[in-house]
Amino acid sequence: MTDQPLNIAAEKTAHPADDLAVVPAVKKPAKAVRAMIDRYTWYEYVAIYAGIFVFLFFVLAPFIEGFMVSLKPLSRLFSTPYSFWPEQGSLTAYFTMWQSVPGFWRYILNSLGLSTVITVVVLIMVVPAAYAFARFPFKGRGIMLAGFLAVNMFSGAVLLIPLYRLMRSLGFLNTYFAMIVPGVAFLIPSAIWLLRTYMMRIPRELDEAAWVDGASRLYTLRRVILPIAMPGISVVAITTFIGAYAQQFIFALTFNSKTEFMPLPIGLFAYFGRQEVVWNELMAASFVGISPVLILIVFLQRYLVAGLTAGAVKT
Amino acid sequence: MTSTRNATLFALALLAPALLYIIGIVAYPLVDTINLSFTNAALKKTYEFVGWANYEKIFKNNFNDVIVRTFVWTFFSVSIKMIVGTFGAVLLNAAVPGRALFRILTMPPWVVPMAIGIFMWGWMYNGQFGMISGLLQNFHIVDGPIAWLAYGNTAFWATIVTDVWIGVPLVTIYLLAAMQSIPRDLYEAAWTDGAGRFYRFRRITFPMIIPALVTMSLLSLIATFNSFDIIWILTRGGPSGSTTTMIIDTYKTAIGSYKYGEGAARAVMICIFLSLFCLAYFRVVGKINTGEKA
Repeated sequence: MTDQPLNIAAEKTAHPADDLAVVPAVKKPAKAVRAMIDRYTWYEYVAIYAGIFVFLFFVLAPFIEGFMVSLKPLSRLFSTPYSFWPEQGSLTAYFTMWQSVPGFWRYILNSLGLSTVITVVVLIMVVPAAYAFARFPFKGRGIMLAGFLAVNMFSGAVLLIPLYRLMRSLGFLNTYFAMIVPGVAFLIPSAIWLLRTYMMRIPRELDEAAWVDGASRLYTLRRVILPIAMPGISVVAITTFIGAYAQQFIFALTFNSKTEFMPLPIGLFAYFGRQEVVWNELMAASFVGISPVLILIVFLQRYLVAGLTAGAVKT
Repeated sequence: MTSTRNATLFALALLAPALLYIIGIVAYPLVDTINLSFTNAALKKTYEFVGWANYEKIFKNNFNDVIVRTFVWTFFSVSIKMIVGTFGAVLLNAAVPGRALFRILTMPPWVVPMAIGIFMWGWMYNGQFGMISGLLQNFHIVDGPIAWLAYGNTAFWATIVTDVWIGVPLVTIYLLAAMQSIPRDLYEAAWTDGAGRFYRFRRITFPMIIPALVTMSLLSLIATFNSFDIIWILTRGGPSGSTTTMIIDTYKTAIGSYKYGEGAARAVMICIFLSLFCLAYFRVVGKINTGEKA
């Protein structure tokens, strides 16, 4: 019973996120009081919008600046005084960059490919594990769950030395495996966490009904639980993919030196270090590289919030 | 379900792949780090046991300074994240037109490949052509260009600002979710009693999000303590070590100079601090929830 408080703790931490996921801003019929609480005077509106502007400017400034840079011709870029708006701006860099950053396609494909493989491997391990945590009150469950969480606390950077040795002895250095294998490990915990919360909401009666009908446990998981859990699994897949896409740096930097295997951030990093940096083209390349996720967040914002806040345990 | 023993076996079978993977890729390396920290392992194939020599060595060097610097860096980064995040969550919680869009716009730093966001900051910090120095000059706030990453003091703060930038979306969205789970009745009752907006924030919103704030601070503390990409891309720990945190120091020793044993000793020190934070996290989260239950 010692592990009980931890479980409750787990429940509660994930809670606010779940609310946001399940109730996507449902507009209830406004009662008089509600409407009046939410009524602002004009100066309150001004203050709120001004605050939001400052806040969002901070959040988006690097992207705004990056975009402006990508539009500026190189000659204007290195001229003083500084001008925020691109004079003689054009999209030329977006076309010329394919020659200046050779292998740019390769980097993007590597990034997408690595993230896809990592996501698939994570799902294969996480779906059964999450089901086990959600359904079976086995001994030591709380400890094990806490153990998985604790993995999140240790970043790859801390374990880099033994991981390097491990990759070397497995012969994985300078291959895709060197980025996939450690990448997977650090994405497992939050995926288990998120999916477990989802599966606990599936009524237990379904399992029991299948059991009464003589279905084996494995059959129940495959044919009863999996189809119902599909939406949850998709959310986990999306967040894992984004996590894998966003965190490609340290393992790729340390375990791989082959240009043809580099994911996008490392590929670009190699260019940023050089003297004759073609900044406008590199910014253009960066924008093309981040566009997949930017598009994803517009459409999947709601799921992302749920997934990433539950994964708050991570970060 | 019938036999519990059977169920337990089944559960363990389901868990096995994930469990074994984590043991192989996380637990074993953790043990190996401790092991290596007592050896003189380096590039060569063989190494021997050297006792506490590595630890004595790093503390004789400047490791104390690095620890202090790491804590100062982390303290400011986490505090600013919390303040900015609360500020953002309050604003995004306001019932104004466009707030759905504003929420989406908060997320990019979080989901975009971290390294690419940091490249863009690197450009912004550029003294001659970057936005910050440029705008400050255009508005005549400063006279000449400031190369933010070129001086110890400004580089230290610049890396903190970028770390805040990466962390703020998560904090904001998490606190926003906490704010939205506060029952509306509380606000309505307070409003009926004539409580003003600020009073309602101070007496309802803020006390109600304290558990979320504490949880998030601890998580953020752990993440920030582990922060590597930002400093490595922007300054590589420089200029002259002014942004060298424990994790950067470990990386430089182990991967840069191939001193695995010495690097492992530094990594062990990081692990000790992280374990303490981790314990605090489980303690606090457990306490918050049992407190709520009672």
